[in-house]
This record gives sequence, C-alpha cells and structure tokens, in this order.
Amino acid sequence: MVTSLIRRTFQALIVLFAMTAIVFVGVNVIGNPVDILINPDANAAEKARVIAHFGLDKPLWEQYLRFLGGIVQGDFGTSFVYNKPALGLILERMPATLELAFTALFIALAVGLPLGLYAGLYPNRVSSKVIMSGSILGFSLPTFWVGLMLVLVFSVELGWLPSNGRGDTVELFGVRWSFLTGDGLRHLLLPAFNLALFKTSLVLRLTRAGVQEVLPQEYVKFARAKGLTERRVIFVHVLKNLMIPVITIVGLEFGSLIAFSVVTESIFAWPGMGKLIIDSINLLDRPVIVAYLMMMVVLFVVLNFVIEICYTLLDPRVRLNARD
Amino acid sequence: MTDLPVPSEDLPVHAEAPPARFRKRLRQFAESPGAVVGLIALAVIVLVAVLAPLISPQNPYDLMQLDIMDSRLPPGSQSFDGLPYLLGTDSQGRDILSGIFYGLRTSLMVGVVSAIAAAIIGTAAGLLAAYLGGRTETLLMRLVDLQLSFPTILMALMMLAVLGKGVINVVIALIIAEWATYARTVRATALVEREKEYIEAARCLRLPGWRILFRHLLPNCLASVIVIGTMQVARAIGLEATLSFLGLGASVTEPSLGMLISNGYQYLLSGLYWISFFPGIALLITIVAINLVGDRLRDILNPRNS
Repeated sequence: MVTSLIRRTFQALIVLFAMTAIVFVGVNVIGNPVDILINPDANAAEKARVIAHFGLDKPLWEQYLRFLGGIVQGDFGTSFVYNKPALGLILERMPATLELAFTALFIALAVGLPLGLYAGLYPNRVSSKVIMSGSILGFSLPTFWVGLMLVLVFSVELGWLPSNGRGDTVELFGVRWSFLTGDGLRHLLLPAFNLALFKTSLVLRLTRAGVQEVLPQEYVKFARAKGLTERRVIFVHVLKNLMIPVITIVGLEFGSLIAFSVVTESIFAWPGMGKLIIDSINLLDRPVIVAYLMMMVVLFVVLNFVIEICYTLLDPRVRLNARD
Repeated sequence: MTDLPVPSEDLPVHAEAPPARFRKRLRQFAESPGAVVGLIALAVIVLVAVLAPLISPQNPYDLMQLDIMDSRLPPGSQSFDGLPYLLGTDSQGRDILSGIFYGLRTSLMVGVVSAIAAAIIGTAAGLLAAYLGGRTETLLMRLVDLQLSFPTILMALMMLAVLGKGVINVVIALIIAEWATYARTVRATALVEREKEYIEAARCLRLPGWRILFRHLLPNCLASVIVIGTMQVARAIGLEATLSFLGLGASVTEPSLGMLISNGYQYLLSGLYWISFFPGIALLITIVAINLVGDRLRDILNPRNS
C-alpha cells in the first residue's frame, strides 16, 4: 500500500513536470509571445526593451527555469487585460465554477442513479426503454445548443428563470456563493441542469449496465436464496458493487464538468473560470491562459491520483495486483 | 454420416467469401429500422452539403446577394425580390436555409478530415505499439494514458490557446485531441490478433515486418477503427460547433453550423429564435444520424456478437 502510494505520487509528479514543459513549449515556442506582447507599431528600441523585460532574449532552458520558478511561487505573470496577477484572477473566479460543477454533479447523480437502477432492474418495461432513449438524446445533443434551448423556453418564452449571471450572492468563508439565496438558486438552476445533462446520461447508462452485470452473479443469487429482502439485495449487494465504476466516472467526470463549464458559462454569462479563459483566448491574454491551463493540469493530476487511491481502498483486488 | 459437422452461420468470419460477408452485414444492418433511418438521413445530409452551391436559394458567402433590407425576417417571409425565405434570415439578411446548407459543408469537412487524420495517426501508433512492444509501447501508451485523462474539450482549448483561432487550427486541435482513442483500441485489438495462428503462419513464412503489419494485422483491426471513426466524426462535428460557438473556430464570413448558432444567440433573448434554432436542428439531425449508424455498425462489427 505504502509503496504503491509512493510510486503513484512519483508518477503524478512526473506527469505534472511533463505538462509544464508541454505548456511552456506550446505557448512560448509554437506561439510567438513577442507578437502577442508587443504593439505592432512599436519601434525597435521599444521592442528590445519589452523582450529584455520578459527575458525573451535568454536561452530557452533559462526561460523555462524562470517559468518553473514562477509556477512554484504561484506567479504566472500579470494579466494584460485586467492588470492583476493571473493566478489571483483565476482563484477569484473559481468558486463560481466549483459551485456550478458541484450542483451539476449532484443533479447527475440524483437523477442518473435511480433512473439507471430502475432501467437495469426492469429492462423490458416501456418506461425503461423511454429512459434509455432519452439518455441517447442526452449524449447526442450538443451541450451549448441545449443551453440555448433552455434559455429560449424557460427564460424567453415562459419567463420563469433568469438566463444570465449569478444573482444575489451571500458571503460564506470569505467567498461569495449563489446557492444560499433564493435568487441565486434560480440563477443556478438552468446552467447547472445544462451542464448536468451529459453526465446524467452517462451515470444512468453506467448504472444500468452495472446492474445488468451484477444481477446474474452468484452472490446475488445466493443473497436471494438466503431469503434476504429484495430491498437489501438491491441496495446492499447490487448497489455496493456498482459503486466502483460509478465513483471512477464521477471522479473523472468532475474534472470534465469543470472543463465543459467553459461552454455553459459562456451561454449563461456565469462569471467563472471558463468564461475567463474564453475571454482570455479571444483577447490573447497569455498569462491568464497559461495559469488556467496549469491549474487544470494540476486539477486533473490530483483527481486521477485521488481516484487511484479510492480504487485501492474500495477494491481489494487492485491492492493485491499492485503488490505483485 | 449425418453427424458430421455441418458448416453453420457461426463459422468465424474469415471463412466466408467477402461478397457473401458483405451482403450478410448489409442484411444485419437493415434489421434495425433506426439505423436505416439514420443512414438515409446521413445520405441526404451529405448530398445537400455536396450540392449546396446548386440547391441553395442564395450564396450566403456572396455579400452581393445579401440585402440588409431582408435582415431578421421570420421563417416563411418573402424577400424584397419575392424570393421566399423558408427558415427566415439572420442579422445580415442571410437566408438561414442557405446558411445551413453551406454550414453543413464546413461542419462535415471538419468532422471527416479530423476523424480520418486522427484514425491514421492513432492506428499507426496502436499497431506499432502492439507489434514492436518494449520501450516504444510503454512510451506510446503512457502518452495515450496521459492524453485520455484530459477531456477532449480541454485538449482542444489548449491547442487553440497555442495555435490561435480558425478552422484549420480547430481541425489540428481535434486530430491531436482524438488520436489517442484510436491508438488505445487498435493496440488492444492488435495485441489479441498478434497471438493468432495466421500471424504466426505469416512469421513462419518469413514475411517482412511491414507486410505482416499492414497486410495481416491492420485489416483485422479495421473493424474497430471504423466503429470509433464513425462516432468520432459525430463528436468532432459537435466539438467544432462548440468551439465555433465560443468564437474560436470558423470565421464570421464563412460560418459553420456552430457559428450560425452563435450568431443568432444575441437575438434569441429578444425572441428571434429561428437564427439559432434551425442550424441547431440541422446539427442535431447530423449528429444523431451518424450516431445511429455508428451504433449499428458497432453491434454488427463487434466480434463478440457474431
């Protein structure tokens, strides 16, 4: 257990290191920072001054070391647009994105698990078939278009829910949250539902497939033969064995929820990190782009790491394999 | 004599003559009405995209044909010259129907080109990894694992952040974001195939490595490539639309479906639904049609089911 933990930590660090190199090479070698940083009308002396200021005349490895040093200290440079530290800007926007992603995750689980369980237990009912067809739609519909249609139906036509912003927020632990006020909740509902749609289908299909895989197993038959109530069989013996794939997906997909919130935030003008990165790409605000990419890399490496650990804790077979 | 084994339908597919096999597959395909509908819809869509310049009421890229007087007309209106706008017009007086026809061209092109390029790169990587093994395999598969641990949209955003906006860059971003899926599947299939007798026979015949790779191993891995490829075309079209919607893809003057939808978004809030709605429906039908066909192909070509 401890050796595998150390090995995983080591691997995670290597991945992190590799990704800093990739992002650095991508932004500084493939894209030319001089073009982005310098006003095209600037004269030669001005250009030289800016190049020297950002250390772009130094050899590449020295620039990279400087870049790494900056990252370690949490310094990604200053946003050209907002004239604030890039990392601070992103951290400022993070709670909004996290709030959206967690709400979407909650919706996906609250809807997907029971429906998937139902469709798996009674695969031949018409209602199950309707659920499964619905989940195909959830996969096929492009998220941004569904978002637009939600706005069209619920905001424009019916006028029930607002279509942009976070609404009223309340400060808790020094951060502003929407879900604590009625108005904020109303603002949260559409974007969260939009973001959750794809994941709901995923959780639903995964649960159904899991149920159908687990039901014919010997231990389920045995549990039934023991005379356990159907309730106990389903909720203890079936559901518990479903949890490994579901937890993996929930963990992995949480990261992708944050990545996909880029789309939802743009539609609903939700002031999170995703909206910031799109604006930054459009405005070529390089420090913010780099800071965002590195944040995402760290997030994904950490998530994968945590999931691997959860695996080991949940499934003794993984632990045994790791020992070989 | 009666209990001699009789050749049955369950013989491995290698034993059948190609035309018979193809006809059988075709029959299997037609068993699912959904897939047939999907295939027909897809054929119509491709035809419309190819013939767009001939059948569109208007060339939406030709600014001379656009009339600002006709802007934002609801579906079914008539133009200044008496031409009907079946699906209405957008803010620049562009006929939505023509916009969709031309937009389908961009969207399909991006989807197909990126899926094929990613398939070639991914398949080559997967085959090499399985065939060579050792360090090459470890290195390639580590790269694949690394890439697949990031969502496609994030990979695409990373690439676009580096390369800048534009359709060509979206295609490049899609290729880089999607090759890993092929590589992983092809390697898994090739690892199984590698152990089979016909490869051993080919080795015993001392055939050169490239011949074994491309004439023996590759054809038997193609089924999975085709299945993933179909699905990836749909994914790529959706992703391109998403990126264009975010303003990172197609240009405003030569819109893809995503760009058309994006153009209409600001008018959606004032109730002019058709500018975004109809291109969205076109996108939706395209993606669903491809997925229906792909789903059926997966059922048929999956060796576990035959």
